[in-house]
Amino acid sequence: MGLPEDYRLMARIRRFEERLAALKDAGEIPGSIHLCNGQEAVPVGACRALRDGDHVTATYRGHGWAIARGVDLTGLFAEMMGRDSALCGGRAASPYLSDPGRWFVGENSIVGAGVPIATGAALTAQRTGSGAVSVVSIGDGAMNQGNVHEALNLAAVLDLPLVLVVENNVYSEMSRIEDMVRVRQLAERAAGYGLPGRVVDGNDPDAVAEAVAEAVDRAREGSGPSIVEAMTERLVGHYSGDAQHYRPAGEIAAAREREPLARIRRAADAGLAARLDAIDAEVADEIEAAVTAARAVSYPDPATAKEHVYV
Amino acid sequence: MSESLRYIQAVNAALTWALDSRTDTVYFGEDVALPGGPFGATKGLHKRFGSDRIFDTPISETGFLGMALGAAMTGLRPIAEIMYADFSFVAMDQIVNQIATIHYSSAGRWKAPLVIRMQQGYSPGACAQHSHSPEAYFAHTPGLRVALPATPDDAYQMLRTAVVSDDPVVVAEARMLYPTRGPVRTDAPVEDIGGARVVRPGADVTVVAWSRMVSAALDAAATLAEEGVDVEVVDLRWLNPLDFDTVAASVARTGRLVVAHEANLTGGFGAEIAARAAAECFADLRAPVARVAAPDVPMPAAPALQAVVVPEAATVADAVRRTVRA
Ligand SMILES: Cc1ncc(C[n+]2csc(CCOP(=O)(O)OP(=O)(O)O)c2C)c(N)n1
Ligand SMILES: [Mg+2]
Repeated sequence: MGLPEDYRLMARIRRFEERLAALKDAGEIPGSIHLCNGQEAVPVGACRALRDGDHVTATYRGHGWAIARGVDLTGLFAEMMGRDSALCGGRAASPYLSDPGRWFVGENSIVGAGVPIATGAALTAQRTGSGAVSVVSIGDGAMNQGNVHEALNLAAVLDLPLVLVVENNVYSEMSRIEDMVRVRQLAERAAGYGLPGRVVDGNDPDAVAEAVAEAVDRAREGSGPSIVEAMTERLVGHYSGDAQHYRPAGEIAAAREREPLARIRRAADAGLAARLDAIDAEVADEIEAAVTAARAVSYPDPATAKEHVYV
Repeated sequence: MSESLRYIQAVNAALTWALDSRTDTVYFGEDVALPGGPFGATKGLHKRFGSDRIFDTPISETGFLGMALGAAMTGLRPIAEIMYADFSFVAMDQIVNQIATIHYSSAGRWKAPLVIRMQQGYSPGACAQHSHSPEAYFAHTPGLRVALPATPDDAYQMLRTAVVSDDPVVVAEARMLYPTRGPVRTDAPVEDIGGARVVRPGADVTVVAWSRMVSAALDAAATLAEEGVDVEVVDLRWLNPLDFDTVAASVARTGRLVVAHEANLTGGFGAEIAARAAAECFADLRAPVARVAAPDVPMPAAPALQAVVVPEAATVADAVRRTVRA
């Protein structure tokens, strides 16, 4: 793909998150939301390497992955509004939504817990010979969870078609990575599992796509898992309402210079800039239409609250 | 056709049936493939079905239960073995937050048809970390089915039911029952999930038990029969789905209820049965509901201490005597 489609997809994610934040402020989103503003190049680059049938597992900061995987925007807004969405009927909301129709195993609001589950999707691919791969995204902080360690070693010994994408935004909630780990790069830990690990510029969709494609190829041909560490930055708080007092002065302003959309904008000549403007306008319309459609989705019928506990 | 099998052999027969008749099943856990399982439950299965269908995992309960979930969501029907029920605690996130919730939280769009097989309970000399009876934790968790087979036949039938269930099922066997022998209906059709069973009819008092305490209740009933007390024993079998109707019907006949489990008292599943009986059988009850359980202590290892902690037939008999005299 590359430009301008990557730009469109990243702009869609950004606009979605910005609109979501406004809806949150307006009281239309009941629960907590974790936005991925600034990190859009990671899901967009990674999903470029995927095909239908490949499973994706993400975290609560996973709206970008859902959108990059083609999950319906109206469904996403409606789900987060607590409405009876076609995704999860309002039972999951922002941090735990999923969509089997788009092979989106889903978000997870338990740090690291998606990695064992993604390992299971990889097991199915391997045992059924489907040729599919399983990609899972986590944050830098999640690398310190036992569930990630267990799953990586398990996937390694079983040679499963798993790709772990670590979105290193240098914060676990409000804590700096320097205070959390004693390695310079998290990808160094790959060696401990006997796996290849790479560090890439997570604000460059091409760099992410190239590294993930290499890992995906390796997985598809039966050579097992890989770790891709994508260096990136959050432009917003950990969650809605995070005042970010813990971030040093100037850090966010500097990040705004490095973030993927601004980067493309800066490098654009007049012709491309005009196209990007047009894309922005189209994306804004598309997002607004999704919000309008989501507002028309009814709230779940309280009489159904006990449905679906069991098959 | 019925064969005389030991409990552990019945488990092996059910797993053989599962791997043989359903190509979507896979079996994994620690030391289950070549070694045949620490108790022999999977003896011969690797030889017959190969590494594609049954394989060993690293000692990573969280990792492989999560893997079971992801595999179940995407088309396999995994059976994961937890060597000792005590080890399920290190993987509670995957059981409680993940496996139990995904069907509900996706409004039924994902299914998690998997089985978590484990064995539980005390054995002589086993320490607190190898003696838990954690069934109440699982029964407390919406989204899980919970099976506690008490006989070789149920070890076979209920495990097969668990395998074909589209819900996640915890099958908790009792290690102390593994050597017991009994008839197993190996050609019976697969049973529907759930259902308690009156395993001994009686007129004076109902004893509800499950797992190892069913045989303790039957032994107690034999002793009490000589004293002129006619005990009805109900094997609850499944804590979820719970067949309280069978319990209520029994209490309607006997007017007295004793609940017996090996797990410790407070918050045990016996409390749930007692509460339901208070709510639904109040008019039938002629005596307070009694609970037989281990006291609230971590399980001691020394047999001399276990002797006063672990409920046995005599403990049940004492509770029944108190109840009929009340
Ligand atoms: C098991 C668990 N512990 C703690 C939390 C609370 N928590 C939510 S997000 C988060 C930080 C995770 O940081 P990271 O993995 O770097 O991901 P990021 O939020 O930066 O995307 C924490 C501690 C949780 N959800 N789950
Ligand atoms: Mg982080």
